[in-house]
Amino acid sequence: MLRIGKLPITIFAVLIIIFPWIADHISAIDHYPDIMVFAGIYCLIAMGLSLLMGYAGQISIGHAAFYGIGAYVSAILTVRYGLNPWTGMLAGMVVAAVVALLVGAPSLKLKGHYLAMATLAFGIIVYIIFNEETEWTGGPDGMSGIPGLSIFGFGFDSVEKYYYLVWGIVFIVFIFTINVIQSGTGRALRAIHSSEPAASAMGVDISRFKVIVFVYSAMLASLAGSLYAHYLNFINPSTFDLFFSIKLLIMIALGGMHSIWGAVIGSGLITFLSYEWLHYFGEFEVIVYGAILLLVTIFLPHGLVGVPGIVKGWLRR
Amino acid sequence: MDSVQKENILDVQKVAMVFGGLMALSNLNFQVKQGSIKAIIGPNGAGKTTLFNIITGSFPPTEGRVRFKGQSIEHLKAHQIADRGISRTFQTIELFDNMTVLENVMLGCHTRVRASFMASGFLLPQSRRKEKEIQDRAMKILKFIGMGDKFNDPADSLPLGEQKMLEIGRALASEPELICLDEPAAGLNETETHLASSLIKAINAKGVTVLLVEHDMKVVMNISDEIVVLNYGQKIAEGSPEDIRNNQRVVEAYLGSEA
Amino acid sequence: MVNHHPHFLFYGSGMEKITLASQLLQYLITGLTVGSIYAMVAVGFNIIYNVTEIINFAQGEFVMLGGLIMVFFHVTLGLPLILAFPATILLVTLAGVLLDRLAIRPIRQPSVLTLIIATIAASILIKGAAMFIWGKDPYDLPAFSGRNPINVLGAVIQPQYFWVIGFLIIIVIALSIFFDRTIIGKAMSACADNADAASLVGIDVKRMILLSFALSAGIGAVAGITVTPISLMEYDRGVMLAVKGFGAAILGGLGSFPGAILGGLIIGSIESFGAGLISSGYKDAFALIVLMVVLFFKPSGIFGDIEISRIKRF
Repeated sequence: MLRIGKLPITIFAVLIIIFPWIADHISAIDHYPDIMVFAGIYCLIAMGLSLLMGYAGQISIGHAAFYGIGAYVSAILTVRYGLNPWTGMLAGMVVAAVVALLVGAPSLKLKGHYLAMATLAFGIIVYIIFNEETEWTGGPDGMSGIPGLSIFGFGFDSVEKYYYLVWGIVFIVFIFTINVIQSGTGRALRAIHSSEPAASAMGVDISRFKVIVFVYSAMLASLAGSLYAHYLNFINPSTFDLFFSIKLLIMIALGGMHSIWGAVIGSGLITFLSYEWLHYFGEFEVIVYGAILLLVTIFLPHGLVGVPGIVKGWLRR
Repeated sequence: MDSVQKENILDVQKVAMVFGGLMALSNLNFQVKQGSIKAIIGPNGAGKTTLFNIITGSFPPTEGRVRFKGQSIEHLKAHQIADRGISRTFQTIELFDNMTVLENVMLGCHTRVRASFMASGFLLPQSRRKEKEIQDRAMKILKFIGMGDKFNDPADSLPLGEQKMLEIGRALASEPELICLDEPAAGLNETETHLASSLIKAINAKGVTVLLVEHDMKVVMNISDEIVVLNYGQKIAEGSPEDIRNNQRVVEAYLGSEA
Repeated sequence: MVNHHPHFLFYGSGMEKITLASQLLQYLITGLTVGSIYAMVAVGFNIIYNVTEIINFAQGEFVMLGGLIMVFFHVTLGLPLILAFPATILLVTLAGVLLDRLAIRPIRQPSVLTLIIATIAASILIKGAAMFIWGKDPYDLPAFSGRNPINVLGAVIQPQYFWVIGFLIIIVIALSIFFDRTIIGKAMSACADNADAASLVGIDVKRMILLSFALSAGIGAVAGITVTPISLMEYDRGVMLAVKGFGAAILGGLGSFPGAILGGLIIGSIESFGAGLISSGYKDAFALIVLMVVLFFKPSGIFGDIEISRIKRF
């Protein structure tokens, strides 16, 4: 995992800032900022998952649950209790963290397939709860009337404003995550990924690290869920199903598990696939996703981020 | 040799290990004096690595106690034992192949210096300071083991001999009081073996107690203060290199295993 | 993915009072029936797991394919049961072979993560293909021996239930004979024990892997064929079946066949009693909760060996 340079980050920041201006001037893509809001929301979840899968080496096929927890806590606290949305967002992250701790601590002691199944079961159980607890969540019909976000009177009430809000948050989280990766914690995670016996022998409390990363990724997913709820002002359980958890997996696999850029690229591509390019496949986009996942697993195990390395390898011959 | 009675830094008492019907170790008793170099030898399958794994916390013994500086550690997990001051290397090299030489040693500092998740994420000054401290400590160790110039190389690009040295360096980074070396000379040629022996003696000279498992008899006889001999999971002899060299049971055990 | 499926239908004639005892018996028999399906899925998991140590997330899709393809042969084409049954099994077995060939074999650096993801991808593809071919509607199959309910001690049971349980018994017997008495079966067991040693004595491990997928697919197909007349079948049933079947396999002890049977029947019963006595909306959650509880407290399951579950690579 090479040091992430200042230049790519600066370019990234600049692109984020000028994108809406560009989109505004090209009518074919002037709806792109709306799609980019979703890309940003998914990117938040993907960054956490990337840390979990690529660095801590753990798998979660139930992360849609945390996304949903954030969305529903925000929705319930603002719609039913009139709380400030920012408080609700924070509350969502706390709930997600607690749930992640309770589920993660025993699950992360499990290996490979067992962990995958535990997270899968967890995700489905939460989904069922969203559907069944109609008094709280509105059941399959969902909840509407979720307020938007504003700060000190300044409302994020246009697509552009929300875009900057979301991507501002993404950027902050991006920097935070990179800092963690490049620190002793990141080193410990890489050690765990490389050799658990050696990491243990050197004093790394493996279970604790896995749980910390799991909780972090859950909090990010929850944050994303809250942002989602306040953007669409309406949520229903079908958004937080198993298929979304698998979509997250596809984002990470496509982008590349072992790099934070992989999370950014993967989430961006899949978002555009979902909202834009696969539109005329209708419901059969499922087949495309399955195919992408399979092809990436077989031919691009390191994701798109690994492509420059592969090309370098060819050129050397 | 110093005749002052030294403390026993490690005390193995009546340790037994049963794996699904197979008794890998039985009624094992021995002590390691602080500041000494003690070697565990024995034919293949005698239980040496199992003993090591128990001492360093990979799994608890079926019976018995292991005391470190007077306190029981046999129920502790590996990372807790590292925190107490015991470090180890591995028979099959377990370097972190996704890191550089320097980073491997920096990881070794984990028990001594570390910054929290939050502090790291927000790049607080304390985390930056600690990272610098870790880097300095690691470089010092690399220089001590003679690998200062290779600090930025990927760990898996080193030849075998240097990989083994690096593992020892990594184990040193936690400033252990007891270092457990699992076959440090395995697979090394004569020059490398000589370097490894010198390194081990230098480490011991700094006050670190050394416990090693080794097959290379020259190394064992050369550097050890005391030797324990295992066969079929039991101790069959213990004493100075002289004693062991002349011990009939030991000779038989080795001859018997070669038959 | 909410469970819209009609509950197992049972007809009560207006005259009889349904006592608590017969109500419970009803739940039990329903539980054993649906548990038989889970047991068959679990057996399929175990066959593949024993030979390859892979958990096949697409296992449930074989059941789904069994049901829908049977509908195609028997209802759409009108083939008689006696022809449609083997034809369906053959096609689904083919799907299993394709799964091995196209999704598992091509992976160059198999690791736990990549294999999990590969089978997940395969299950999505199979599900998508099924949606493309059959659409989203549920399909029905005529029951093998009619729908006249049989009265057992006050509980009213569809004859098809007995077909399901019966086929489970047949499969159990057939597999025992296969693994204990036939050469191929013993070869597969050998691979399960020690693939390296097996290949050293000349067993073609790759072919055994292929066979394990084929066999699992076939068994899944039987499950799908026999359960469709009871609870219909649609394109997306596979996932829940896979998860619950996995729960059954884990509960019984991964890799153990008696465990799979017992685990399946237990989970089916828990689900049936839970849905009947506690809450039908949470029906699916019961099996999942059992799964998580087992994983957290005793991952080796009922018949599993603690040592083995610790030592096994995955």
